[in-house]
Amino acid sequence: MSAKLLKSTLGGLLGTSAVVASQSVLAEWGLNMTKGVTPISREIWDLHMLVLWISVAIGVVVFGAMIYSIVNHTKAKGAKAAQFHESTTVEVLWTIVPILILVGVAVPATKTLLALEDTRDADVNIQVTGYQWKWKYEYLDEDISFFSNLASTSREAINGDPTGVENYLLEVDNPLVVPINKKIRFLIAANDVLHAWWVPAFGVKQDAVPGYINDAWAVIEEPGVYRGQCAELCGKDHGFMPIVVEAKTEADYVAWVADQKAAVAAEAEAAGKVWNMADLMARGETVYNTNCAACHQANGEGLAGVFPGIKGSPLATGPLPAHLDIIVKGKAGTAMQAFGAQLSNTDIAAVVTYQRNAWGNDTGDMVQPTDIQGAR
Amino acid sequence: MSTATAHEAHHEEHPSGIARWLFTTNHKDIGTLYLWFAFIMLLIGGAMAMYIRAELWQPGIQLSDPNFFNTMTTMHGLIMVFGAVMPAFVGLANWQIPMMIGAPDMALPRMNNWSFWILPFAGLLLISTLFMEGGGPNFGWTMHAPLSSTYAPPSTDFFIFAVHLLGLSSIMGSINIIATILNLRAPTMTLMKMPLFVWTWLITAFLLIAVMPVLAGAVTMLLTDRNFGTSFFDAAGGGDPILFQHVFWFFGHPEVYIMILPAFGVVSQIIPTFARKPLFGYSSMVYASASIAFLSFIVWAHHMFTTGMPVSGQLYFMFATIMIAVPTGVKIFNWLATMWKGSMTFETPMLWALSFVVLFTLGGFSGLMLGVAPADFQYHDTYFVVAHFHYVLVTGALFAIIAAVFYWLPKWTGYMYDEKLAKIHFWWSMVWVNVLFFPQHFLGLAGMPRRIPDYALQFTNWNVISSIGGFAFGLGWLLFLYIIIKAIRGGQKATDEVWEDAKGLEWTVPSPAPYHTFATAPEIK
Repeated sequence: MSAKLLKSTLGGLLGTSAVVASQSVLAEWGLNMTKGVTPISREIWDLHMLVLWISVAIGVVVFGAMIYSIVNHTKAKGAKAAQFHESTTVEVLWTIVPILILVGVAVPATKTLLALEDTRDADVNIQVTGYQWKWKYEYLDEDISFFSNLASTSREAINGDPTGVENYLLEVDNPLVVPINKKIRFLIAANDVLHAWWVPAFGVKQDAVPGYINDAWAVIEEPGVYRGQCAELCGKDHGFMPIVVEAKTEADYVAWVADQKAAVAAEAEAAGKVWNMADLMARGETVYNTNCAACHQANGEGLAGVFPGIKGSPLATGPLPAHLDIIVKGKAGTAMQAFGAQLSNTDIAAVVTYQRNAWGNDTGDMVQPTDIQGAR
Repeated sequence: MSTATAHEAHHEEHPSGIARWLFTTNHKDIGTLYLWFAFIMLLIGGAMAMYIRAELWQPGIQLSDPNFFNTMTTMHGLIMVFGAVMPAFVGLANWQIPMMIGAPDMALPRMNNWSFWILPFAGLLLISTLFMEGGGPNFGWTMHAPLSSTYAPPSTDFFIFAVHLLGLSSIMGSINIIATILNLRAPTMTLMKMPLFVWTWLITAFLLIAVMPVLAGAVTMLLTDRNFGTSFFDAAGGGDPILFQHVFWFFGHPEVYIMILPAFGVVSQIIPTFARKPLFGYSSMVYASASIAFLSFIVWAHHMFTTGMPVSGQLYFMFATIMIAVPTGVKIFNWLATMWKGSMTFETPMLWALSFVVLFTLGGFSGLMLGVAPADFQYHDTYFVVAHFHYVLVTGALFAIIAAVFYWLPKWTGYMYDEKLAKIHFWWSMVWVNVLFFPQHFLGLAGMPRRIPDYALQFTNWNVISSIGGFAFGLGWLLFLYIIIKAIRGGQKATDEVWEDAKGLEWTVPSPAPYHTFATAPEIK
């Protein structure tokens, strides 16, 4: 290599180190896959390492021979070219030996695959549905269901400076909560396009296919918080629909289920009462930022030509029925989903109130949860 | 042995100017057209990659909206696959196959012209979708439905038309290549005496004819789902999104072998020349290439392990997939045995060919890992896959194309290229391509999905390094352009043989090769 090239390469490397050192707070030099916290994730890791070491061994032998040849079998060293050009023995050998190596890989891989696919006899069944761009979790054995969206702490930082945000892009408003040491079966479906539910720590990834219910299972052996992401391109916010799973001890899980049921009861009660403006606006702002801001922006201005603005819009400042209709039923042929299927009466009432009064819209309208049923 | 020179005198007048290039039926001119087209597309696709690496330089969204990022990743893939790699190999086929078999031209010279001229239209149509309302295709080059059918932008119908045109070009080109190789070989050149580059192209042409119509079927079904009320891929209408994936990948897997088999052929020409030693195991190399092509048809669903396939399907596709390592390994070992006890020199083509052997093998290792179905559940749709296919396509296919260009350029232009500059370009590329792609293995293993414009903070460091590699690697292509233009304009005159002891009919004609070569068939000793 010429001196000039050497210098420029070194310069590049030094520059790289400078850039990288200045971000030492983000110093994550992860090289390898996680071993995870389930029996399957550990078996997968073992398989991964097996094939990796086999590859390294083959590489050392092959590249070693190549390097030897490149150094010694050269015209510069005065080598005279041999003329041998075939050998059936050698061809047979380097066909059979790789086949044997592959059998050695296929046997444990088969065992792991069969275990991975065995979703029978689960203790907990949870349906996971992929939406553009969030997940819905339904506990089939209890009566609990909720949506899980990217947390507002992340969403707000996307166009700004995310470096201070904890678990940036890996935090949600409502995590999936599950018990440890129980076999959990995930039934994976999709509402619109293909998505994929992936939690590396569990060794679980399954595509969410509209029209299908796929399944996967995990027994989580350690309590903790585990994070994953959507793993199938699903549109503009594919990178912004993370998965957070909180694995709790049995006792904590039971308590959580009880809390959820109580919350459902409380929510039903809240849907029957009369809300004041301040409460509606507060709740509405949260609902808006979670569900609407991705397209219509936090400032209500939308994206010219793509997503209409709500600030000053005829729908948000005009007659209420049309505004309710588009939120509950969506708009066919566009990206505007039918939120009636996703949001409770209380949430819809709050977000409509918010949209009609925020950003200077100031209609003074208050929509009550009891008003929504008629719009469905 | 140059039999054609006596006849050259009458044939020296050929058309000039724009008319020459528009109406040419000459395989050398058409080869040149394909190669320049491919290079322009490489630069355009490369610019899109620079955009991607610039957005991924830091967490957060800096450059544009996520939808445009998805459009850039989609177009980058489409342009590189259909606009750069495939046309480049066809360009090499056009220039070299007739000369290597002692034929005066391709079997169907007018169809040859058409096969090329469809491409600029198709390319323009594809790129024009970026400027249509709703933006260009944004569903990945793999165009999975229903994101690419009912949820796709209006321009998608033009994208589908462009794909049809590209497919038509490939099919016509392949028919031509098969007809040429089977019918126009010099009389004493039996199939088992053909150069490996010709063999690999013969096999590739059959693959193309088999699978391009399948892609056409897939995108036509997208077209009808979008416009004519069908529900091939819409569950609500009784259809099946997974059907799309089966049809697409039935094309898609052979497609990647279409992109690598000619590369294998190139390397099998170059290493023997610079080792001054015959290719080791010629017949094994032919059978291995054919085995790889055959196997490529029966492994497609390894791209679909996470779709919910029954376990028996997953087991079958895993076993079939890892088997491809056997004939591929045979080829690597044969190249090694060719080098072994040779008398090597390391001119630029040899440098590229040797780096192909090493780096393509690395891509092969990650491919083997991906084929292990349960492990694939962790790798699928992550940067581990991105690293794998960039190793086999960039340090594999693209490096072989560059090797071929430097190897045959003196025959085409009559001048030696600047060896010193070419070596600088080689080393520059070699270093930075690894800085660009190797860290992507780590990113995938650490959990970074692919096709995301923004990432969690723990992925920052390797993304910064990869982006630096990308910008530097990209810059190197300007040096390549300079070297090529310089070599076309002049330099040290090349001999007929160009490389010491080079074997093959192309080295028996003058450099630059006359407009018409082998008007009468040569005798092979």
